[in-house]
Amino acid sequence: MPDPAANSEDDIRQIDSRTFVIDQEDIDTDQIIPARFLTTTSRDGLGKLAFHDWRYDGEGKPLEAVSLNSLDTAECRVLVAGRNFGCGSSREHAPWALHDFGFRAVISSEFADIFRSNSARNGLLPIMAPEAAHNWLLANPGVSIRIDLASQHVDLGNGPSFDFEIEPFAKHCLMEGTDPLGFLMSHSDAIDAYEADIA
Amino acid sequence: MSPETERADKTPRSLFDKVWEAHQVRAETTETPGLLYIDLHLVHEVTSPQAFSVLDERGLTVRRPDRTLATIDHSTPTLDFAAGEGPPYATAAAQSQVERLQDNAAKHGITLHGWGSGHRGVVHVIGPELGATQPGMTIVCGDSHTATHGAFGALAFGIGTTEVGHVLASQCLLQRKPKSMRVTVDGETAPGISAKDIILAVIAELGVDGGTGCVIEYAGGAIEALDMEGRMTVCNMSIEAGARAGMIAPDATTFAWLEGREHCPHGADWDQAVAEWQTLRSDPGARFDREVMIDAATIRPMVTWGTAPDTGIAVNSPIPEPRSASQRKALAYMGLEAGKPVAGARVDQVFIGSCTNSRITDLREAAAIMSGRRVADGIRALVVPGSVAVRAQAEAEGLDRIFIDAGAEWRQPGCSMCIAMNGDRGEPGQLVVSTSNRNFEGRQGPGVRTILASPATAAAAAIAGHVIEPAELMEPAHA
Ligand code: SF4
Repeated sequence: MPDPAANSEDDIRQIDSRTFVIDQEDIDTDQIIPARFLTTTSRDGLGKLAFHDWRYDGEGKPLEAVSLNSLDTAECRVLVAGRNFGCGSSREHAPWALHDFGFRAVISSEFADIFRSNSARNGLLPIMAPEAAHNWLLANPGVSIRIDLASQHVDLGNGPSFDFEIEPFAKHCLMEGTDPLGFLMSHSDAIDAYEADIA
Repeated sequence: MSPETERADKTPRSLFDKVWEAHQVRAETTETPGLLYIDLHLVHEVTSPQAFSVLDERGLTVRRPDRTLATIDHSTPTLDFAAGEGPPYATAAAQSQVERLQDNAAKHGITLHGWGSGHRGVVHVIGPELGATQPGMTIVCGDSHTATHGAFGALAFGIGTTEVGHVLASQCLLQRKPKSMRVTVDGETAPGISAKDIILAVIAELGVDGGTGCVIEYAGGAIEALDMEGRMTVCNMSIEAGARAGMIAPDATTFAWLEGREHCPHGADWDQAVAEWQTLRSDPGARFDREVMIDAATIRPMVTWGTAPDTGIAVNSPIPEPRSASQRKALAYMGLEAGKPVAGARVDQVFIGSCTNSRITDLREAAAIMSGRRVADGIRALVVPGSVAVRAQAEAEGLDRIFIDAGAEWRQPGCSMCIAMNGDRGEPGQLVVSTSNRNFEGRQGPGVRTILASPATAAAAAIAGHVIEPAELMEPAHA
């Protein structure tokens, strides 16, 4: 189980970063990581496969013209993408790949449900921006921004800064570095009682 | 948890409300999501290994192996192999993924319908086939097409691998209640219109994100008129409109289909179950966050023109002018032109299969078109039944002969070209007419272009060599 906040490298309570923009709507999880790479039994090392078919040619050689291939993810940890990011397959390999690639947040105007919950659990903040801020971010690639999880605020500097929503429990887990599985297991008495009732 | 005896509140409830409330172990609060009890957890090889690893790391066990059912479908080859030989896996990774599930199932006491089982197959085909899928249940799987099982009035949805671990360990999920939507497909469809045409029309109406955050209930005369296979096709594609789940109220059609299946109750228990299941329908006046009405009579045989499943149009209708940069890009990728119909587009491959359309009625629909005809020169047509049992049934009916005589390949069950991770795929640039559910760029292999269609329309494309309304083929042969 990921424990992002407990690991300082992955601390996403405050992110200062430039943005990387992919101005395309409906980016599905087959684009984020193609299905033929899903035969892995591990969750590590998937970053090299992120957006694979956009980044490599038919022989698997990196395409120089594709800026994702020269991106410095130490500086650029925030992906800005068009509406309805992460639609399609429920594969958690998608946030695993994006996280391993180096992203710590994705900003869009809308996310697919499963992708959103998968991301928040894997140290990748899914941030829904209001339309004006989203359009501004799409139009101004590479700007420096600050994401503050505690105050749920994104500071866009000269742009239209905004507050974002995050499910309170997901936020709690990210802030404290705690794990939803522990919370679930702490309810085993209630689960026992429910099972006794339906038996 | 009989809600009928405990409820003082007489507010009308939807089918979804009823199933949701009956599975609340703990209600949600502002700070924390609720605990939703899961009746049936379906597991396959692709989204489970990392979840089992977490269990091992934490020293946890599977809470209810008896409520967990596994199969292998995504990475498995669909080629024949001789007894005594191993399956011809496409890659060593695919093989080790399958073996990992075999090990995990054995270790945790989970029933696995693996090689040799008479019920191996696509996970969403075998659940209903075994009668493991039942009305009023909560069903999850690490797979976004889990909504298929909603055809039986179950609340069924896809989850991520972390959640697969949660359900293995606790039989519960942390959930907040989604919103609800009712899609009413009113009236009657024209002859020859299939469930796939209906759902492609619904998704075109809603858009790929129109159902985001929602559980959809499908209702109306055209839905009630569908057989169970058709209802599964409809619910299956709910995720393609962004919805978590799709549901249809169970009725006499549902009960007749389920009766006698292996996992279903028998005798007096069956009668009692049916009596309970009959209460599983939306009360008059039940509230939905959104209502959508579609006139069934307007639905024609559908195909998609773009790289998202909401780009369905009638086969002979002109492709609309692209409304966005993404749509322009999609048209260019597909090599199709706005203002012209998809009909006539030259086809390279045809795939009949997937959890959307690989059941016996789907194969019958395709066979009716292919019967006595030949697949056009240069076209490869793959027919992949959804399960070992579907394959056996089709062979008992002689459908395999029809496909083979037509020049199509009759394969072993699996996901196959729906996801193209087992070696079955198209070549870059090829145009594939597919009965599956996703036409995303590269879904069926890098650079492959996918047109989604019904089994009849796909079979007609195989025969004609280009996209065509199936009725155009039917007339000369049967006039
Ligand atoms: S047939 Fe396709 S959509 Fe269905 S479970 Fe398999 S890969 Fe997923």
